[in-house]
Amino acid sequence: MTTLQRQEVNPIGHLTAEDIEAIGRELDAIRDEVIAARGERDAAYIRRVIKVQRSLEMGSRAVLLFSLFPPAWLIGTAGLSVAKILENMEIGHNILHGQYDFMRDPKIHSTTWEWDHVTPANQWKHSHNELHHKYTNVVGKDNDLGYGIMRVDENQRWHPFYLAQPLWNFINALFFEYGIAAYDLELGRNLKTKKRRNNPEFRANVRAVGRKIRRQVLKDYIIHPALSGPSFLHTIAANFTANIVRNLWSHSVIMCGHFPKGVSTFERTSIKGETRGEWYLRQMLGSANISGSRLMHIMTGNLSHQIEHHLFPDLPSSRYAEVAVKVRALFEKYDLPYVTGPLPMQVASAWAKVIRLSLPNRKATPEPDHSRPPRHPAAEPIPA
Amino acid sequence: MLSPVRHARLGQVAVTRTLRNGAWRIVELITTPVVPTDYLDVIAPLRNPDVLRARIEAVRPETANAVTLRLRPGRGWQPHQPGQYVRLGVDVDGIRLWRAYSISSAAGHPSGHISVTVNAVPGGVVSSYLMKHARRGMIVNLDLPAGDFVLPRERPAKSLFVTAGSGITPVMGILRSSVHELSDVVVVHSARTSEDVVFGADLRALAAQGRIRLIERHTRADGRLKPADLDELVPDLFERETWACGPGDLLDGLADHWAEADAGERLHVERFRPTVLIAGDGGTVTFERSGATVEAPGGVSILDAGEAAGQLMPSGCRMGICFKCVLPMREGIVRDMRDGQLTTAVEGDNVLVQTCVSAAAGPCRLDA
Repeated sequence: MTTLQRQEVNPIGHLTAEDIEAIGRELDAIRDEVIAARGERDAAYIRRVIKVQRSLEMGSRAVLLFSLFPPAWLIGTAGLSVAKILENMEIGHNILHGQYDFMRDPKIHSTTWEWDHVTPANQWKHSHNELHHKYTNVVGKDNDLGYGIMRVDENQRWHPFYLAQPLWNFINALFFEYGIAAYDLELGRNLKTKKRRNNPEFRANVRAVGRKIRRQVLKDYIIHPALSGPSFLHTIAANFTANIVRNLWSHSVIMCGHFPKGVSTFERTSIKGETRGEWYLRQMLGSANISGSRLMHIMTGNLSHQIEHHLFPDLPSSRYAEVAVKVRALFEKYDLPYVTGPLPMQVASAWAKVIRLSLPNRKATPEPDHSRPPRHPAAEPIPA
Repeated sequence: MLSPVRHARLGQVAVTRTLRNGAWRIVELITTPVVPTDYLDVIAPLRNPDVLRARIEAVRPETANAVTLRLRPGRGWQPHQPGQYVRLGVDVDGIRLWRAYSISSAAGHPSGHISVTVNAVPGGVVSSYLMKHARRGMIVNLDLPAGDFVLPRERPAKSLFVTAGSGITPVMGILRSSVHELSDVVVVHSARTSEDVVFGADLRALAAQGRIRLIERHTRADGRLKPADLDELVPDLFERETWACGPGDLLDGLADHWAEADAGERLHVERFRPTVLIAGDGGTVTFERSGATVEAPGGVSILDAGEAAGQLMPSGCRMGICFKCVLPMREGIVRDMRDGQLTTAVEGDNVLVQTCVSAAAGPCRLDA
């Protein structure tokens, strides 16, 4: 196991293979409890959030018809920003995870949902649900780590390109939804060779993204501004601002999930033959939470409970808060680091790392011991 | 050839349609990525043309075990024929469950309302939920009316209705709509006691008016109704066009009885098929589109079993987190291999199941 912060002590050095499987069983039990309790309350919750979001969006867009007047611009833009954040985070992300599929409501289902985002839902589901959640924090397999453009681990070789990575990260934050679309298309990889460029599946995906972008742009920058008549330019500015606010917010929240100090990354070889207990353990050590109020949790789409979300990606977000209490107790019982902190602190910690790793490793710090490759406990021989 | 006037009118229609389609496309762009009706749902759930719903307008208890719901169907509803049933989708503890109920009201009510009568089935999740929780103002999901348990256009001269328990519901719908079009009607109804007769008062009133001859059979006192008993109760029974609705064994007995008398084509039955899905270990999985069938053991996921049999299956993480492998289960029962949870589907449900973590727990039919 390797960590982002060359930790001196292996955070799971004290666990035996039996401990790890016991943790797995305890987490399975927590999951079973939630499944048994899941029902009307969770259905009512997501329906209420959707209703609030749609009302807020309709209201804000109506106010923005008069965005020529500064108070209307301010109120409308603020409302629309919040509506867009809710739509992406608490509603879109979680429904697309299948968290509310249990309701059997075809209107609120991972297979039918489409979101206010330039990446089409099914492409995002592949790269996010299938790759990121399965290979969480495995360097080289989980592209969420640095999105393929950043150096996120001391062991990653430094290159002058990375000097500008704070700038890349900031641009990515501003236009995050486009960054995600490019990332879901795996543009970097797929544009490299002619064969990949001409792959019909890739081309179809590009066309799908193109259609989605066209509709999103038409809506925010032509149709709604045109409806506001004399307020045309002001509404464009308002919608642009709302999109930027949403992008910055979701980028910050997502950075807090896997980048802050104390979060571990894993080697590609370390997940071979991983057991369920080990998979759970990787999620526990590879994620970080954000502390805050109930409103804060809702606005982050409950990704403030990133650890719980990664352990149980398909449980309704409305349950993460109560699950967190039990999960935290489990961390304490097995003496594992539960990484959490307020948003500004976690954002600062993540940015500090982006900046620090843009420079080559400092000579003063001792290099990690490479005589033995760092490994996941799965690969360690069971101590006699 | 079209007359010039007619031609011009047709042109107008085409222009209006083009304009309307264009306007609708702009409204769709306003609301993208969701459809305009999703916003409409926030204010007027019955106006959605794509999702048929109904509002419960009144709840009336019939007996201790039956309740009638008067429903106002929303946009998209089509009038039913008496005797047909409708599927209701009810959210029970947050999960949408669909069940078929016979329409018990007369057809063509001026308000457009329909009534369904729900009988509490022992252990029935939806019926007991509706008995307890159905309230005025509640919204339920609805399907279009279906079923061929209806009178022929040419009304029969003599008719017989044989019903037991909740089997009276579709017949009540037929009687309420069409009893004045029928001249010689016999109704044989079997229930546990006199109080247990659903629509008892209505039936007795029809009998008192001489519209029907009502034969009530109370099983607690008289024992179960046997097909042979009918010979005595209704001497000319095989001359009558007959409709029967009730438990399966009664209907089986009637079918035999009518077949023996060589009058099988005069008997029309409606089966309330109770879905008896018993969870076992493994089962036969049928992929309906490809026609492939595979014996899937209890410890093997449907995804693995299907792939092993050469079926093309969508798949993703193969550990139950990405939801890429979900397929609609038309009918059947599966067990979640992670926690043992059972999921069942009856005809028309199309429950989406994660094939990578679900094992067959009985025969399953998948839409793939």
